[in-house]
Amino acid sequence: MALATRTDRRPSLTRSLWGSTVGKKTVMAVSGLIMLMYLVAHMLGNLKIFFGSGEFNTYAHWLRTMGEPLLHYEWALWGVRVVLLAAVVLHGVAAYQLSRRDIRARPSKYVHKRRRASYATRTMRWGGIILALFIVWHLLDLTTLTVNENAQPGRPYENVVATFSTWYGNVIYLVAMLAVGLHVRHGFWSAAQTLGMGNARRDRILKTLANGLALVLTAGFVSVPVAVMTGVVG
Amino acid sequence: MRLTLRVWRQRDADTPGAMVTYDIDDISEDMSFLEMLDTLNEKLILRGEEPVAFDHDCREGICGACGVVINGDAHGPERTTTCQLHMRHFDDGDTVDVEPWRAGAFPVVKDLVVDRSAFDRIIGAGGYISVPTGAAPEAHATPVPKADADFAFEHAECIGCGACVAACPNGSAMLFTSAKVNHLNVLPQGAPERETRVLDMVSAMDEEGFGGCTLAGECATACPKGIALPSIAAMNKEWLRATRKASRR
Repeated sequence: MALATRTDRRPSLTRSLWGSTVGKKTVMAVSGLIMLMYLVAHMLGNLKIFFGSGEFNTYAHWLRTMGEPLLHYEWALWGVRVVLLAAVVLHGVAAYQLSRRDIRARPSKYVHKRRRASYATRTMRWGGIILALFIVWHLLDLTTLTVNENAQPGRPYENVVATFSTWYGNVIYLVAMLAVGLHVRHGFWSAAQTLGMGNARRDRILKTLANGLALVLTAGFVSVPVAVMTGVVG
Repeated sequence: MRLTLRVWRQRDADTPGAMVTYDIDDISEDMSFLEMLDTLNEKLILRGEEPVAFDHDCREGICGACGVVINGDAHGPERTTTCQLHMRHFDDGDTVDVEPWRAGAFPVVKDLVVDRSAFDRIIGAGGYISVPTGAAPEAHATPVPKADADFAFEHAECIGCGACVAACPNGSAMLFTSAKVNHLNVLPQGAPERETRVLDMVSAMDEEGFGGCTLAGECATACPKGIALPSIAAMNKEWLRATRKASRR
């Protein structure tokens, strides 16, 4: 008897990525890392607030003129925005679909309850939802200035101070930054595993890197409202 | 030892089940957990009741047939199989909850017995090597580097008991599938089917309705054979490599 000949027809790269749980996690890992790189840059930029209104506002203006004269005004900024929007949408949709699948895969719970996995791991889904809602608030507050108390276009320093002079501005921001830290802590390490970079030897380095990133990001972001609240920035 | 057992009783797949309490004494601490269940069943039979159904076979921790969730832990508090778990790990007077593996892909057949044939179908999708039959090949004909042999052996230890799925909050079979993929993919004997194996086994795993991996790490903690979590990362690497190669063709 002859062996059956394999007619090896594989779907396209996009189909096989989106059609598999492993592939969808890959999409989440890559989009997550893109957002993480942006967050690091964003956090470093925020720290310019400690050098005063002039320097912070000049930096904020430069974000719009970045890439000139090769690019037109705001082109580079819009490029970044498009990439980020794509990353957020892909990350969110993949997370939603995978979560639905995961919940279906475990229809009945154990009677004997036991706390499973670490806090950062268990809060990934709710943390993600909190972050998505925060992004909407954050854009309405400091990009479109719709809900900002100061709302002066071209004066981001004064707008930031106005936000962190309200109690709700501080509460929303601090909760969201804690969520970022927890999300990055499990997310960065997970992304490394999903992309196949994890092994027994590298595990410690990856975990340290994940914790370090989470800590530095949260501390960096939180330093701004704390500075406004304590009067260091005002 | 005296114990209060709360055991999941379910007549068949279509009847809803419930936890039923049994008080049991004269348990020796040298008994295995399954021998303790045997003792319970003897009493139930004498009382004219239906004995508790559970899967078991070798009772020496190598076949993968047994497995129940004990106090919320797959295979109980020790890192071993249920048959190799001894009653000395419990205290006199303890209340012990015994439940079947819980996963959408592992439907309960009766009491503590679940249908794990989803694992067989994952193996059928690529957990083998295609070789012509005949005499055993000369062992020195295919050299295997020591590091690769060790890696393959670590993953070959998987007995397919399903504790990883039972422990996973998403009912995911990633650790099982990765153990099987890594075991064969690193060896020269597995090389001809290296790409199709990982692609087919992962897609079979998805078709069975197992959840995705969120790297919670519960599987590796529950595994009685100590298959480690990086096994999953190694399979992801194989899957990405195979997907890249397949899309270039």
